[in-house]
Amino acid sequence: MNSFSYTRADDVATALREVAADGAAKFIAGGTNLIDLMKENVERPSRLIDITRLTLGGIRPRSDGGLRLGALATNTDVAYHKEIERRYPLLSKAILAGASPQLRNMATVGGNLLQRTRCCYFYDTATPCNKRTPGVGCSAIAGFNRAHAILGTSAACIASHPSDMCVALAALEAVVRVTGSVGERVVPFAAFHRLPGDTPNIDTNLQADEIITGVDLPARGFAEHHAYLKIRDRASYAFALVSVAAALEMDGNTITEARLALGGVAHKPWRDPQTETMLHGQSATRENFKRVAEALLRDAKGFGRNRFKIELAKLAIVRALSQASFKEAHS
Amino acid sequence: MNSKPKADAATKATVSLPTKNGITLKVNGAVKQIEIAPWTTLLDALREHLGLTGTKKGCDHGQCGACTVLVNGKRITSCLTLAIMHDGAEVTTIEGLAEGEVLHPLQKAFVEHDAFQCGYCTPGQICSAVGLLREGKAKSPEDIRELMSGNICRCGAYANIVAAIEQVSRMGERGDEE
Amino acid sequence: MRTEHIGKPISRVDGRAKVTGAAKYAAEYNVPGLVYGVVVSSAIAKGRITRIDVAEALRLPGVLQVFTHENSPLLAQSDNSYSDEVAPPGSPFRPLHDGEIRYSAQPVALVVADTFELAHYAASLVRIGYERDAHATNLNEERERAYQPRPREFIPPPESRGNAEKAFAEAIVRLEEEYSAPIEHHNPMEPFATTVLREENGRLLVYDKTQGVQNVQNYLCNVFGYSKGDLRVLSPFVGGAFGAGLRPVYQVFLAVLAARELKRSVRVSLMRQQMFTFTHRPAIWQRVALGAAPDGTLEAITHKAIAETSQFEDYSETVVNWSGLLYRCDNVELSHTVVKLDLHTPGDMRAPGAVWGLHALECAMDELAFKVGIDPIELRLKNYAERDQNEGKPFSSKELRACYRLGAEKFGWARRNPQPRSMREGNVLIGWGMAGGVWEAFHITADAKATLTADGRLTVSSATADIGTGTYTIMTQIAAEMLGLPIEDVTFKLGDSSLSKSPVEGGSFTASTVGSAVKAVCEKIRKKLFQLARKIDGSPLANTKLDNVRFVDGQIRSHNDSSRAVSLIEAMRHGGLSAIEEKASAGPTPEQMQYSRFAHSAVFTEVRIDEDLGTIRVMRVVGAVAAGRILNPKTARSQVLGAIVMGIGTALEEESVIDHTFGRIMTHNLADYHVPVNADVHDIEVIFVQEQDEAVNPLGAKGLGEIGIVGVAAAIANAVFHATGKRIRDLPITLDKLL
Ligand SMILES: Cc1cc2nc3c(=O)[nH]c(=O)nc-3n(C[C@H](O)[C@H](O)[C@H](O)COP(=O)(O)OP(=O)(O)OC[C@H]3O[C@@H](n4cnc5c(N)ncnc54)[C@H](O)[C@@H]3O)c2cc1C
Ligand code: SF4
Ligand code: FES
Ligand code: FES
Repeated sequence: MNSFSYTRADDVATALREVAADGAAKFIAGGTNLIDLMKENVERPSRLIDITRLTLGGIRPRSDGGLRLGALATNTDVAYHKEIERRYPLLSKAILAGASPQLRNMATVGGNLLQRTRCCYFYDTATPCNKRTPGVGCSAIAGFNRAHAILGTSAACIASHPSDMCVALAALEAVVRVTGSVGERVVPFAAFHRLPGDTPNIDTNLQADEIITGVDLPARGFAEHHAYLKIRDRASYAFALVSVAAALEMDGNTITEARLALGGVAHKPWRDPQTETMLHGQSATRENFKRVAEALLRDAKGFGRNRFKIELAKLAIVRALSQASFKEAHS
Repeated sequence: MNSKPKADAATKATVSLPTKNGITLKVNGAVKQIEIAPWTTLLDALREHLGLTGTKKGCDHGQCGACTVLVNGKRITSCLTLAIMHDGAEVTTIEGLAEGEVLHPLQKAFVEHDAFQCGYCTPGQICSAVGLLREGKAKSPEDIRELMSGNICRCGAYANIVAAIEQVSRMGERGDEE
Repeated sequence: MRTEHIGKPISRVDGRAKVTGAAKYAAEYNVPGLVYGVVVSSAIAKGRITRIDVAEALRLPGVLQVFTHENSPLLAQSDNSYSDEVAPPGSPFRPLHDGEIRYSAQPVALVVADTFELAHYAASLVRIGYERDAHATNLNEERERAYQPRPREFIPPPESRGNAEKAFAEAIVRLEEEYSAPIEHHNPMEPFATTVLREENGRLLVYDKTQGVQNVQNYLCNVFGYSKGDLRVLSPFVGGAFGAGLRPVYQVFLAVLAARELKRSVRVSLMRQQMFTFTHRPAIWQRVALGAAPDGTLEAITHKAIAETSQFEDYSETVVNWSGLLYRCDNVELSHTVVKLDLHTPGDMRAPGAVWGLHALECAMDELAFKVGIDPIELRLKNYAERDQNEGKPFSSKELRACYRLGAEKFGWARRNPQPRSMREGNVLIGWGMAGGVWEAFHITADAKATLTADGRLTVSSATADIGTGTYTIMTQIAAEMLGLPIEDVTFKLGDSSLSKSPVEGGSFTASTVGSAVKAVCEKIRKKLFQLARKIDGSPLANTKLDNVRFVDGQIRSHNDSSRAVSLIEAMRHGGLSAIEEKASAGPTPEQMQYSRFAHSAVFTEVRIDEDLGTIRVMRVVGAVAAGRILNPKTARSQVLGAIVMGIGTALEEESVIDHTFGRIMTHNLADYHVPVNADVHDIEVIFVQEQDEAVNPLGAKGLGEIGIVGVAAAIANAVFHATGKRIRDLPITLDKLL
C-alpha cells in the first residue's frame, strides 16, 4: 500500500467536501475491493475517507411501493432482509452467489457497484493494461482472457464486470441515487456503468466528487418468476464465467414481460431491452428461449480463451429462462 | 556490504509517512489501546501489534478466509479492512473462544473430528463456524458446505469440518459464548 | 491406564494447540526490534537488470536497507554450497546473486524496514530497468528440445523391456493417446516465511517454514559460513507444504542475509503471489500406447512423457515407471525427458510423477477396457502384476485386488452400466469411473533420541517435521506403546535442527523412517529398564527374558504371569537413575531391499454433469487404500480425504496459467488459481484394506501422505467419459472443454 492519510466522515456533506478537496482521495466502505487493489499498488489514493459511519445503511420502503437500499447496507443485510427475500428473491440469490459470507458481511451496496474488474493484467502491475495506464495497451486481448468480455468490448479493453449483485439490479431496473457538490441526482442502472470504449480507465458515470447514497428498487420484484444462474469454475467462492438474471411476468404459459441481464460477459451488466421484447406474448418454450439467446449474443465476439462463453451464455440464458418460467423458481 | 546511504535531513523531512493514531479495540473482552497507522489492516494489527497470532494470513486478499475473525459478532476477513476503521469495535479471535481451559464446543468438535491437518486454516474455520451458527442460515450439510466455502483448507479437511460443525449445530449451540 | 495406542484413532496430540491459536508458525515469533523484509519480484521472464534504483525507497524514514545483487555480500561460490538434500542435478538458484533474470517474478530485491507496511510500500518504490531476452515458457511449442535429464537420487530412470514397438504393431487391439496437464502450485495455506531471531552473541534462531530443518540448516551454513552451533533452524508447526518445503525457499536465504548484515532480528514472509515463484508440479505432455489381445491381455505398453524443467536444474520425477510396474506385460517401453524453459525449477508435489503418470496410464486403461468391451476392474485383474517386473523382485505385500474388490463393493460398482451416457437425472448426466493408484513405500535412515525420567515421563525426538501429516501424534503413539505409557506421559519433539538427524519430511516415508528410529530407541530404553527391573532384590522378573515381558500400563510385565510385574518408576528408582537417555539409528535392512515395496489404491468416483452447461460435480468418491499397518485410523483417514480433495482440484480446477507473451504466471492468487472449496466436496469414503506386511519395514506401515491422490484425476476423467461419452485428456477438465 502507498502512504495515505485517513479521515472519518460523519456526514455526507463532509465526505463530499473532503473528496472534492483532494483529487486523489477515495471513499472507503467495506474495503474489500479498494484495499485489495491498494495492496497490489493498483489503487494509490492519497487520502481515504471512511464513510462507514454515515447514516447510509438500512433498507426502507419507498412511497412508490419499492425499497431503498442504503449505500452502506452490507451485501448480507440486503440478501437476508425479509422484504428482499420475499419480494426480490432474484437479488437475494444473486448476492448470495457472490464472494463468501465473510466478504458479504463487509461489502456494501455502493462498493459492489464500484468494484473493479478482476482482469489479471489489471491486477498485475508488471503487465501493460489500458485500464490502469491508458495508452500502454491491453494484455488480455491476445493473452489469458478466459474471464473476459464477449460483448461491448473495445480495441482498448475487454475486461468484464465481476459483480453478481449488479446483474440482478440491472434486471430489476434499479436506480442509483448519488449526491455531489451540485446536489442529488438519480441514475438509471443501465446508465451507471460504462462500456470501455477508448477510455477503459473510467468504469462508471459517477463523478469523482459524487457519493452513492443508495439504490432504489422499483415496486416490481418478479418474485414469482425469476432465476439467477451463475456458472463458474468451482461450486462456490469464484467469480462468474457467465451469469444470468432472468425475470419474467407471466400469464399462464405466456410471457408478458421479460428481463434478462448477463454477468461476466461485458464491462457492465449486459442488457438489451429491445431483444427481451421478443419474448413478450410468447409462450415459455425452449425454442423461444433459444431464439432470444441467439439474438442477445448475435454480436458477441470471443478472444481465444473466452470464446466458449458465447455458447455458454446462450445455454445459460435458456436454462435461466426455463427455471424462471416455472412458478416455483429454482435457481 | 554497502551501508545505507545517509539520507540528509532535508529529504527525509519531505517524505510523508502516515501518522499514527490511537485507537481502542475490545479484543476478546479486553480493552486494548494501540497506536496505529491507517495502512495497518485489522489482521496485521492483531498479529503484529497485539501479538494475537492465532489469526492467520493465508493470502492477504480476501481469497482464503484464514484471517476470519468476528467483529461486533459478525465474521469478516480481517485482511481486507483497516484497523483504524474499527475504533471502538469488539473483536473476537480464536484466542477468545475457550473459557480458560474449557474449549469452545466447536474447538472440541474440531479436535474430535480431526477437522484439520496442518492447522493453518483452522482458526479461520472455527471463527467462521461461530459466525455461521450465529447467523442461523445453515439448515443442512449442503448449506454448511456453501456457507463455509469462504474458508479454504488446502489440507482438504472439509468432510471433517462439516461433521464437526454439524455436531455442534445439533447440540443446539448458538456458538455465541465468548 | 490405556497404553495400547498403535492402530487406535487417537486425536492429534497437537490438536489443542491448533484449535486455540497457540500453535506458532514461522511468521509468528515476535520480539522487540524485529524488522520486516518484503521481496521485490522481477517483472520480466528473462534478461538482466540494467539499473536498480533504491534511492526513493531508502529515503523513507524507517527503511533500513534494500538488498539487491549490487550490494549482496560475497558468499559461498560453488554450486555445491547452494545444493540441498533434495536438489536435482544442476546449479541451484541463488537469490540476489547477479543481475540475470532467469524466470518471471524471481526475487530481485529485499526491502527491510521497521514495519511490514513500510517495507511493502518501499518495495513499490524500487525502480528497476531491464534488458529483455527472448524467453521460452511454452512446453508444447518446445517439445522437440526434450532431452534425457541427469538422474536424481532415488528416482530410477525408466527401464524398458522386450520390444514394445513390435508387439504394439502386431497387437490386435491398439490404443494410442496423448494426455497433458498444466503447472500446478502447492499453495499450502501458510505462505512461506522465516523469522530470524538474532541473539546478542550473534547466534541465529531461524524459524522457518520447512519440511526439513536440518536440510535448511546445512544449506544456510554452507552458503553463509555459519557453524551449526551458531545457526539453529526451527519449524515446530508447518501450515501445509505438500512438497513445497522440501528445499530451502528463497525467503530463508533473504531473511538470514538481512539478519546477518543488519545485525537485527528479521522476518520475511512471502506474499501469496510469490507462492507461485519457486517450486511447482511441472507441466507435462504424455503419450501412452497400449497393445492388447481381444480379451484385454496387455502385450505392449509404451509410455512417453515430456515435462519441463528450468534452465538451471534437471528436475525429473517418476512418471512413466509405474506403467512397467502396475501391470504384467513383457514388452514395455518407457521414456521420460525434459525441456528447459525459462521458469523456476519444478519440484516434488504430493505424489510427484505418479499423479501425472497414473493419470495417463489409468485413463488409457479405461479407454482400453471400453474398446475391448470389458469392465475396467476386470481388465486390471486380468493384467495384475504379481511381481515387480521393473526390478524383478517380489512385492513385500500388495493387496490391490482387495482394494478393487472392497472399493467396488462400497461404491456399488456392480450396478454400473458400462455404456456412456446411460445414467441421467433430467439434465444431469451421471458417470462412474475408477482408477488404480500406487506409490512407493520408502524407508530411509533416521535417528531418534529418547529420555525417560524418574517420574515415568518420556521425551522422544528427531529433527523431522509435522506438516499436518500427524507426525507428532503417530510418534507419540509408537513411543508410548513401546514403553507401555499413557499418551499424556509422552512428548515427541520435532522441527528443530539440534535434534537427532532426520531426512526431510516427504515422500510418505516419515512414518516408516522416523517411526522405525523411534521404535529402535524405545527398544534400547526397554532393554535398560528391563535390566534395572531384574536387578531389584527379589525381582519378580529375575528369571524372565526380555522377550517374555510386555510393557503395559507403566509396568514391565511377564507374558505368562501378569502378576509378575515391575513398574517403570520402580525400576528407575531402584537403579538410582534420574533419567535414561538413549539414541538410536534405524534404516532399511538388506532383507527389506529384497522386496519391492509399494502402497496401492483403487479410487471410485461419481460425477454429475450438467448436460448443457458442462458443470461437473464430484458427488461420491470411495478410496480404498492398502498401505500396510494403519498406525492411527483417524489421522490416516484425514490424510487420504485431503489427498482426494487435492485430486479433485487436479482433475477439475487447478492450473497455473502462463501468459507466454510475458512468460509469466497470471493466475498467481487464490481467486484465479482454483483449489477445491468446501462446496466442491461431497461424500468421500476411505477404506483401509487389511494388509499384513512384515517385510516392508520394522513398523509394517507404508505411509499415507501421497497414495490418496494417485489415481483420483484418472478416476474422475473416466467418470466424465462415462457420463458424457467425451474423453477429455487435457487437465484440468473445465466446463468449456465439455461444451
Ligand atoms: C476474493 C473475493 C471474491 C469475490 N467474489 C465476488 C463474487 O463472486 N461476486 C461479486 O459480485 N463480488 C465478489 N467480490 C467483490 C465484492 O463483492 C466487492 O469487493 C464488494 O462488493 C465491494 O464493496 P465494498 O463496500 O467492500 O467496497 P470498497 O472496497 O470499500 O470500495 C470499492 C470502491 O467503491 C468506492 N465506494 C464505496 N462506497 C461508495 C459510495 N457509497 N459512494 C461512492 N463511492 C463508493 C470506493 O471508493 C472504492 O473505489 C469478491 C471479492 C473478493 C475479495
Ligand atoms: S482487458 Fe482491460 S483491464 Fe484487462 S488488460 Fe486489457 S485494458 Fe487492462
Ligand atoms: S488472509 Fe484474509 S482472506 Fe486470506
Ligand atoms: S488444516 Fe491445513 S489448510 Fe486446513
